[in-house]
Amino acid sequence: MIADKTLQGVSRRALLTGGVATGFLLAFHLPLRAAVNEPVQPSDATDGKFAPNAFIRIDEIGHTVLIMPQVEMGQGTYTSISAVLAEELDADWAKVEVQHAPPNDKLYGNPTFGLQVTGNSNSIRAWWTPLRKAGATARAMLVQAAANQWGVEPASCTASKGEVTHAGSGRTLAYGALVQAAQGQTPPKDVALKDPKNFVYIGQSLKRLDTPDKVNGKAVYGIDAILPGMKIATVATCPVFGGKVGKVDDSAAVKIPGVRKVVALDDTVAVIGDHMWAAKKGLEALKIEWNEGPHAKLTTKDIWQDLRAAGAKDGAVAKSTGDIAKGLSSGDRFEAAYELPFLAHASMEPINATVHVKPDSCEIWTGTQIMTRVQSEAAKAAGLPVDKVIVNNHLLGGGFGRKLEPDMVITAVKIAKQVDYPVKVIWTREEDIQHDVYRPVYRDQISASLVDGKVAAWKYKVAGSAVLARWLPPAFQKGIDIDAVDAAVDAPYDFANFHVEYVRAEPPAVPTGFWRGVGPNNNVFAVECAMDELAGKAGKDPVEFRRSMLTKNPRMLAVLNLAAEKAGWGQPLPARVGRGVCVQPSFESFIATVVEAEIDDIGEITLRRVTSVVDTGIAVNPDTVKAQIEGGLIFGLTAALYGEITIDKGRVQQSNFHDYRMMRINETPKIEVIVVKSGEAPGGIGEAGVNAGPPALRNAILAATGVALRRLPIDRKALAVGKKA
Amino acid sequence: MHMATTLTINGEKKTFDAPPEMPLLWVLRDILGMTGTKFGCGIAQCGACTVHVDGKAVRSCVLPVSAVENRTVTTVEAVGSTPAGAKVQKAWLDLEVIQCGYCQSGQIMSAAALLTATPNPDDSDIDAAMAGNICRCGTYVRIREAIKQAASGRQS
Repeated sequence: MIADKTLQGVSRRALLTGGVATGFLLAFHLPLRAAVNEPVQPSDATDGKFAPNAFIRIDEIGHTVLIMPQVEMGQGTYTSISAVLAEELDADWAKVEVQHAPPNDKLYGNPTFGLQVTGNSNSIRAWWTPLRKAGATARAMLVQAAANQWGVEPASCTASKGEVTHAGSGRTLAYGALVQAAQGQTPPKDVALKDPKNFVYIGQSLKRLDTPDKVNGKAVYGIDAILPGMKIATVATCPVFGGKVGKVDDSAAVKIPGVRKVVALDDTVAVIGDHMWAAKKGLEALKIEWNEGPHAKLTTKDIWQDLRAAGAKDGAVAKSTGDIAKGLSSGDRFEAAYELPFLAHASMEPINATVHVKPDSCEIWTGTQIMTRVQSEAAKAAGLPVDKVIVNNHLLGGGFGRKLEPDMVITAVKIAKQVDYPVKVIWTREEDIQHDVYRPVYRDQISASLVDGKVAAWKYKVAGSAVLARWLPPAFQKGIDIDAVDAAVDAPYDFANFHVEYVRAEPPAVPTGFWRGVGPNNNVFAVECAMDELAGKAGKDPVEFRRSMLTKNPRMLAVLNLAAEKAGWGQPLPARVGRGVCVQPSFESFIATVVEAEIDDIGEITLRRVTSVVDTGIAVNPDTVKAQIEGGLIFGLTAALYGEITIDKGRVQQSNFHDYRMMRINETPKIEVIVVKSGEAPGGIGEAGVNAGPPALRNAILAATGVALRRLPIDRKALAVGKKA
Repeated sequence: MHMATTLTINGEKKTFDAPPEMPLLWVLRDILGMTGTKFGCGIAQCGACTVHVDGKAVRSCVLPVSAVENRTVTTVEAVGSTPAGAKVQKAWLDLEVIQCGYCQSGQIMSAAALLTATPNPDDSDIDAAMAGNICRCGTYVRIREAIKQAASGRQS
């Protein structure tokens, strides 16, 4: 993924300044007024507490608060991050509680990005060492405090479950009793980290810390913020990309009971009401004339034409080994292009933000993957210095990359500037889907040659939007979007002549962004579809064909072998039922997946069974790893079966779940996920399952019908009986 | 036109002013401050807003508040006090069904209504009762398993 190697400069700087286990300086904001449904924020009143760094607070009764630099959007990171901290701290898990971190890149910046961001499936990868050190440093200070009190050597003491014990005398002191003395200790410079064989929390499927409040309505998401005097707003943005507000006739809207105010911005009109219903009725009663602008005739067809033309050009070389020209000049030649559509995120919690703008401050309640960017963008929109903007983060009702963008907060600030009370701005599902930041269209072309039944040369060109160039400009170097080619340059197979290019092609006016699974979604799809077609050309079984080129990749080979065994690969199947395989190197995890599907005579698909084997290195919480793969598979399979945003007359044609379909429980197959034991460093997992579903399903369809689909979503018509590719 | 409406929600009588056509969802969330019930689509397509009216699962986003006057409304905040709701909540936690959790209020309400009506549901009963509830995190495999566990009373 967004390789640590590429961003090493950023990463190192972030670590050096990151306040990780280095000091006691804290810059927390103390909320001034109590609101209903407000998430608890870390207090800057650390007196009386042991506060060895930005992540750990222990009070005199041993209550341990861990402050979460990464946000919880379902991936289980609050529990996994807590397990990593608690492990080296030797905390008592029963006394652990978590809090959202405030915006502060210096204290909570993701070490990979130097920015307080949750994405790229890297929470554990990025924080693994820094948080272990933070925990171990705190433990060393507590042990030193106890040793001082007893007049013994720290080395003669041990810590476990929130207590220090002196082995020789059997004396114990609880962490709570050591708070004052430990706070006076100088943090040691180098601390020893535990041998993984001594882990007590890491590797256990600890119960999630965030779920008990999610069964009884107590969990507070951004959309649940309630403030005294708050009103509710909903919005309509110009349906044409890039269009603006023309005239607004609000004469009928303002007569609706409960409507308080109509606010017209540059491209958006908002109605503020006493409740969402009044705001919605008010919005429906507005007569808005839009200035549609230059994109009023844009269609998806035009965008595909442009992308195909761009993809025909040479790209920037992302990786090249061997001699690709020579390699392609011999053997049996294969050419294919794979195309992926625009996609919306459709988090179950529609985008929203609650904002209170005062003359000298701006306070925000929302759920975001990008805390500090929300803060700085809100400051610009409010016309205030950054330090006058307070951001209260919440649980996210799904993120999937949509909440890596601050646009909803910027719009909400502009609306809130027009009034003196707090306003919660809620996008309807229709506005959410039609004004998303879309997963870009991609066209991936693969040229390969087969010699002696193996791939002798592999040339892979990705054409599509460079999301990173917009989102993190320093990461866009030499014309290469390292996200778009992530799992292209990291192909798992042993190809002697190997060449990857990237062509940047931006669709006009359509904003593009990260979507769960990110770059590897297009790469894994293209690579694994091509591998199946090549296997067919070579007359080999798809699993056997892959094995022959994985001899230098033992972790991948092992998961492939186990997945094939567990899925019953090779066992007979009824007519029009097929198994398809996918292996993937994404996010530093090694995963093999087999999908079994049935295709009926009219091309409708029934998913029968999915088997995934995962080697993610040390699995901090194996049950969470399993859950993320299960859910990721469904997320990816949903896109393969149904996902496509199309544009006509400059407008998105889909609007809600009736025409932007989601997989439902009755369509869900049996899913078996096996997490293999490993001592390797942890890999990423939150997005990996998404990559696996589409190619494995497509390959199952190929096996069942002989039709080699090269576009998503799946075209049922091409699969009806009598059709051949 | 606003008028005083009285509902029995979670065993308590609540009187408030709301237009009669206002959906129950927004009465709960924006007038009564009960935010456990979620907004997902507004057109009864996703089930995030599911509540019980007289014990049956309904989509509150399209249910005019006037239609539930003098009827018994139960939301996720109180479903744990019903036998089926308590079993469902326990099974949901035992099997770690939940990821982001935003849809789960609705999933739990649909599952609790299912178990009340059909104490031992088979797969097709589960499909019929739960297909109206979308989960973007993809927790369906565990939802099915948790319903079966709640029905059987067995422990994980």
